[in-house]
Amino acid sequence: MLNRTADNVARATPEPLARKVRGISDKGLAWLFISPTILLLLAINIFPLFWAIYLSFTNFRANRPNEVVKNLGFSNYQRILGDQDIWIAMQTTAHFVFWTILLQTLIGFTLAWLIDRKFRGHAFWTTLILVPMMLSPAVVGNFWRFLYEPQIGLFSYVISFVSGIPPTNIQMLSNVSLAPWSIVIVDTWMWTPYVMLICLAGLRSIPEYIYEAAEVDRASNWRQFWSITLPMALPFIMLAVLFRGIENFKMFDMVNLLTGGGPGSTTEVASITLKRQAFESWRTGYSSAFAIILFVAVFGLANIYVKALNKVKQR
Amino acid sequence: MSLTTAHSVVAPSANSKRIAGAIIIAYALISIVPLLWIFATSFKTPPDSIAYPPKIVFQPSIEGYCNLFTTRTRQTPEYINSLGPATGICDETSRKRNMVIAGPSNFLPRFVNSLIIAFGSTFCAVFLGTLSAYGFSRFKVPLADDLLFFILSTRFMPPIAVAIPIYLMYRELGLSDTALGMILLYTAVNVSLAVWLLKGFIDEIPREYEEAAMIDGYTRLQAFWRTVLPQATTGIAATAIFCLIFAWNEYAFAALLTSGTAQTAPPFIPTIIGEGGQDWPAVAAGTTIFLVPILVFTILLRKQLLRGITFGAVRK
Repeated sequence: MLNRTADNVARATPEPLARKVRGISDKGLAWLFISPTILLLLAINIFPLFWAIYLSFTNFRANRPNEVVKNLGFSNYQRILGDQDIWIAMQTTAHFVFWTILLQTLIGFTLAWLIDRKFRGHAFWTTLILVPMMLSPAVVGNFWRFLYEPQIGLFSYVISFVSGIPPTNIQMLSNVSLAPWSIVIVDTWMWTPYVMLICLAGLRSIPEYIYEAAEVDRASNWRQFWSITLPMALPFIMLAVLFRGIENFKMFDMVNLLTGGGPGSTTEVASITLKRQAFESWRTGYSSAFAIILFVAVFGLANIYVKALNKVKQR
Repeated sequence: MSLTTAHSVVAPSANSKRIAGAIIIAYALISIVPLLWIFATSFKTPPDSIAYPPKIVFQPSIEGYCNLFTTRTRQTPEYINSLGPATGICDETSRKRNMVIAGPSNFLPRFVNSLIIAFGSTFCAVFLGTLSAYGFSRFKVPLADDLLFFILSTRFMPPIAVAIPIYLMYRELGLSDTALGMILLYTAVNVSLAVWLLKGFIDEIPREYEEAAMIDGYTRLQAFWRTVLPQATTGIAATAIFCLIFAWNEYAFAALLTSGTAQTAPPFIPTIIGEGGQDWPAVAAGTTIFLVPILVFTILLRKQLLRGITFGAVRK
């Protein structure tokens, strides 16, 4: 009854007046709602990005703001692509990304597969497993330095207890061949739950009737795993790999606190090199060029990967 | 007639459940050890914390917490004996080590900075994010997909790469080492997450509610305020917690752009040192205080966790 009255009133009201009563037009409201976010991102993300692009063509040094800035053209980019240290840093990053993603995917998927058995109390233990990934990588990474201390550190003690190697010999952070693994271990400890959670969502998205059909066809468990479970969970696994890949490519905080890139430059991933160039050597122009190259690399790789992901999803 | 009864043919057997449970529980317990060790270390005395073999059973002490909140100076025993009776438990523990409390440490101000910056930026990000998400969800925005992708892409940039021009820009604007500068920066980083998550939540609210409200004479703005916002409360709360956790945990920007008055806890905690190296009980105490809020939030969030960490790409 009331609705009908309102409707009649609305019909009887001339169009411009109705608009005035309703306030701002939808189009106006849409822009009013969206533009503050866009403006903020333009000011804090896009403007600095263009500034960095400009700087990357100069020899500007942030610690000498009064010096005359020279335009260098593409020479910063040329020097970076020919710089041995940069390539070593890229290689270190690639190793770090490869091993962390491999370990996290294997362990994370296995854990998800086991949790999917829905044993009693699985929800509680799942929540407990998820805790490390929510914590600050910097603050927790810093504490791992203590766990890694030779002798007094819990990690070194347990390893020497199990393996029989004298505890003073387990120098996780200062041994050239162990240091890269020390960051892989902490990253895996921290982020395996992340991969696990996404894989679990993938496994739970597989409808039960497919397994029932396979059972009717007498497909073995092994066969069911390879032709149902894995392919159907694959888009989720790839999504997890994408997110971890981007994050670990940018990795800074944990490595900076655990090893600071050392010993020497054995754990110097790209972000650490960037920080050393930009905020220790103050080669602002040069490091801006490196930052742009990194950004383009992440952006390009992510784009290729998203395309592959969509292909897998469509199957 | 089928021979199988109530339960499904594909349900895992009791035995496989038991093995799966045992492995998961073992993993959970091992992965939680480092966190328990942080907690335990925070209640150790400095000598106990660096004992070999590592002490599992120890006499609990609050020296770590005392050292976290105070700065101390070494004094001669004669001088300490000449002082009056100890004024508190922290005073007493430090006197036992021939130290006298000189004043409060920087931990409390750094912790307060973390609170101000995390809550300030979360409020701004969720406010802007809710408006934009509603805009993208309900209106035909030209180039909507491109704009959404643009908003997300700002997350691909390595923080150090962003920090270089931000450092210069803030120096020009006088925003270096200010809470306002950090709030602006974290808002910009978090708004992408907020828009993507909230768009998912608002998409799930049927349009019919607003349409009904508008037929009843509400304007679009009133309909948004009175029908959409109350429906989106869970989503907004979950998004806010994710933003809060990010801003709380963030290290790279904080380490490069703040050094004094606006420094947050993450870059401060690793710098806590005692005599002859890192004061691990104090570091552990600071870490414990810093981590507890996140533990609480993780438990509150567990149902929305998946959505949050995948920018809303995966929903249960």
